[in-house]
Formats: sequence, C-alpha cells, structure tokens
Amino acid sequence: MRTTSEAPVAEPQPVNRALRRREDAALPNSGAAVEIAGLAHSFGDLEVIAHLNLRLNPGEVRGIVGPSGCGKSTLLELVSGLRLPSAGTIAVQGSENPHDRLASCAYMPQRDLLLPWLSAIDNAAIALRNRGASRREAQAAAHPLFERFGLAGFETTRPTELSGGMRQRIAFLRTLLAGKPVLLLDEPFASLDAITRAEMQEWLAEALATEARSVILVSHDVEEALYLSDRVTVLSPRPARAVTEISASAPRARPRLEAVTDPDFTAARERALEALTEATR
Amino acid sequence: MRRWAPPIGIVLMLLGLWQLAASYDVLADALHIEPFLVPSPSDIAQSLWTDRSLLVDNGWVTIQEVLAGFAVSVAAGVGFALALHVSPTLRRAFYPLLVASQTVPIVVVAPILVVWLGFGIGPKLAIIALICFFPITVNTLDGLRSTDPDLLKMMRTLDASRWRTLRGVEAPTALPYFFSGAKIAVAVAVIGAVFGEWAGSSSGLGHLIQQASAQLETARTFAAVVVLSAIAMALFGILALLERRVAWWGPAHTDAGNRNEEAW
Repeated sequence: MRTTSEAPVAEPQPVNRALRRREDAALPNSGAAVEIAGLAHSFGDLEVIAHLNLRLNPGEVRGIVGPSGCGKSTLLELVSGLRLPSAGTIAVQGSENPHDRLASCAYMPQRDLLLPWLSAIDNAAIALRNRGASRREAQAAAHPLFERFGLAGFETTRPTELSGGMRQRIAFLRTLLAGKPVLLLDEPFASLDAITRAEMQEWLAEALATEARSVILVSHDVEEALYLSDRVTVLSPRPARAVTEISASAPRARPRLEAVTDPDFTAARERALEALTEATR
Repeated sequence: MRRWAPPIGIVLMLLGLWQLAASYDVLADALHIEPFLVPSPSDIAQSLWTDRSLLVDNGWVTIQEVLAGFAVSVAAGVGFALALHVSPTLRRAFYPLLVASQTVPIVVVAPILVVWLGFGIGPKLAIIALICFFPITVNTLDGLRSTDPDLLKMMRTLDASRWRTLRGVEAPTALPYFFSGAKIAVAVAVIGAVFGEWAGSSSGLGHLIQQASAQLETARTFAAVVVLSAIAMALFGILALLERRVAWWGPAHTDAGNRNEEAW
C-alpha cells in the first residue's frame, strides 16, 4: 500500500481563505496550537517514541532537539497527520482528526525537494496551485513574499541554478504560502555549510518574527534551536520522551552573533547540552 | 565535431576494409560462393542511387507503419502504465501478463495476425504495438514509481489531490523514463515492421528485402537495410531531441547538468 492512500488528503480550499488563515493564527487563541498527550509510536518492534507530552501555544516557536535517530522526524509526521500514532492523542488547532491536522499543518522536510521543472516562484506557490488557483493567481500571491524575504529577482530562476541557501529559502516560502497556522520544520538547514547556515538562521528568525505562526522546529543543533525558538524541548534517545524544557530569555530575531554570545544564551545552551548528555548516558 | 569523429572514423574504416575484401573476393572465396553475392559498399551505394524510387516508395510505406504502430503503443503504453500505477490491484493483476506478452515469439505470431487481420496495415500495427508496448509501459511505470516518497508526503501537507500529485509531480518525474522506453521502442519498431511485412505484404522495405534476397539482388537487399537503419536512427534522434526539449531535467537520480554531454 502506498503511503499516499493511508491517511486522508486535505480538502482543496480557495486561495484567499488560505491566505487569511495566517492572520487567524495571530489572534489570541484560547486553546493550544498543538497539544500532544501520552504519544507513543512504534515501527513494528522498534519503539521510536515512548511517552511524549507537549503543548505548543499559538504563535510560539518550539525547538525540539535530541540525539540523531530519536524519532524527531517521526514526531513531525505524526503531528501533521501523515502518520497515525500507535497510542496517545494529538490535537492541532483543537482538532484530533488527522484530516484537520493535515489541513492545519505545513511540513518542511529536511531536503528542499524543489521540483526541477518549475521556476522558483512556481515552486513556492505550489500549495496555491494545489488548491485550484491559476498559475497567475498563485504567482501574484507569492510575489510579495519574494520581495519581503529578499528573493526579488529570483522568481523565474530554476532551482538547479540556485545555491543551497537560496533553495532552502524558496522551500521555506513554499511552506509559508501553504497558509497553514502550524509550521513543522524538520532540520531545515541540515544540508548547508556552516556560514550559509548561520546566515539562514538569522534570515529564518526574522521571517518567523514577522509571520505569526505556531512552529515546531526539529534540529540536532542545540544552538540553532535555542536561537530560533522561544523554548526548546530536549528529547531522550530512542524511544523518545521529553527530558526537559529550556528557554533562552533573549527575544528571537536579534542579530545572531549578539544572541548566541549573550551570557544568558550560553548558559541555556550549556543546560541543554547537559540535559542531552545526561539523557544519552 | 570532436564528438562525432570517433564513430565516423570507425564506420569509414570498416567500410574501407569491406570494400577491399569485396574487391579482392576475400569473403566470397572463403565462403566458396559467387563473388556477385558479396556486394561491396560501392555496389550498395550504387543500388541506393539506381533503386532510389523503389527504396523511397517502400521506405515511405514502412515509415507509415512504424509511426502508426509507435503512436498506438505510446497511447496504450502510457495509459496502461498510469492505470497500473494508480491501482496496486491492477498492477498485481496485469504485471505478469505484461511480461508474458514479451515472451510471445513475434515470428510465429506474425503469420497468424495476417490470417486474422488481412494483408493491410492491420497486422503490422499489431506487431509493432506488441513489441513497442513493453518498453514504454515498463519504463513509464518505473518512472512513476520512482517519485521521491518525501515529495509525495510534502505534496499531501500542501493540500494536493491525487490528481494534482500525479500531474504535477509523478508525471514529470516519469517523463524522462518514458523517453528512455520510447527510444528503445522506436528502434525495435522498425524490426517489427519488417516481420509484419515478411508475414504478408505487397510493399514496404521488409517486402523489398524479401524479394531482393529471393532474386539474389544482394546489393539491393543491403541498400534496403541501410535505409531501414537510417529510418530507425532518424526516429531515435528525433525522440532524443524532443526529450532534451521537454524532459531536460532527466531522471530523478542523475544530475541534470551532466546530461547535455550525452551523445544523443
């Protein structure tokens, strides 16, 4: 059986409604954006997630760090409704229905997965096309974001002609343009070199500051997670459970160098690393 | 130009050797046959010129058969591949049959098809389609199934319907694979046309070859074979050019930039 037919596919929605959703996310919401309770998941005999509770407030950016192979990507697939958990409940925007979860979450995978046959802007606007917008409408909706996120002039460029950092930016715009209130980012910069990575972290911090979305950001890099998030959840090795929650009090979207050298930040980083080492032992 | 030098050099060298062997009757003596049965390249070239109207007329008949048969197998092959891709049940049910269709010896089936469908273009179409169908279907199906599973997941969270995913992601992924299959198919389609004409026909290059060899007109036989290969190579070349224009991104696992260096 193909994975495509396992879980329900979200219903197509008109563009304008999808775009309006962004503002909905900014409104003070009574409930949590994501509420995970007693979540457990196994692949056959392999227990990946043991018992996980997590609450993501609306507009919050939550980092999730853990040793590699601890089920971080699986967690995002479970939250988005792409995969059904073995046990426990997940509610996104107040609904546990996997249909609704799929409609509320935009998932950004590790690799950029840009389609080589589409231009940058058509790649970014693919969610709008999926919902039935014409190519012109989709491009018109994507254009302002290209301006805003420093991608103006790259609209018609093919992905193969773009650098890794630029490709990742387009991939992020594609996630944003899906117009979902919850963004699930899976190691968005894992494939980039250190300098591009630092640059992209700063870029993403700014982008997230102007876009009021609820975000779960998975990373194996403690510094990246702390810099980009409001709070960081540290996971244990497989089977994953939450070990501790750590936050750096400094606001996100400061210049990166300033943020990561802040004494409070470095202290938080040490605590997180300690918790990670502790959990791995 | 540098790219074409080695193949042209090899062909010229072989033709030269052949010419020498024929003019000194080396081959005819070795095989203990009459020298006129071994035409030299210059004899063949002369036949290409003197028999030109015969070759053009019959060649045109064969081209029509090949194009029509190829068109039928593209339509059927792509349609079948899509159906088998969308429905796993159909795939399990039909795949063995698809493979079995390739084990049917065309030489045996051709006369039966002529009995069933007559001496017209019908049996040729059926034979060509039978041969071409397989590489097109199998390659297109492989292409459709080679779509990155992460890409399929991503499309689902981006609200794509099954149809949108097929049209926007899976079909473009499969397009270079389709062309690989189509190029193989068009090359063997010419052989299919010859079998079809041998089984019963009053025109076409296959028919011409059959007649010429019966009359020991070996130069004309070879001339017809030359025209036949030229047709196959031209069709292959057209498809390769078309592929570069419409499926320039290449199969998913190869780097698109390197493909321009390929010979075709």
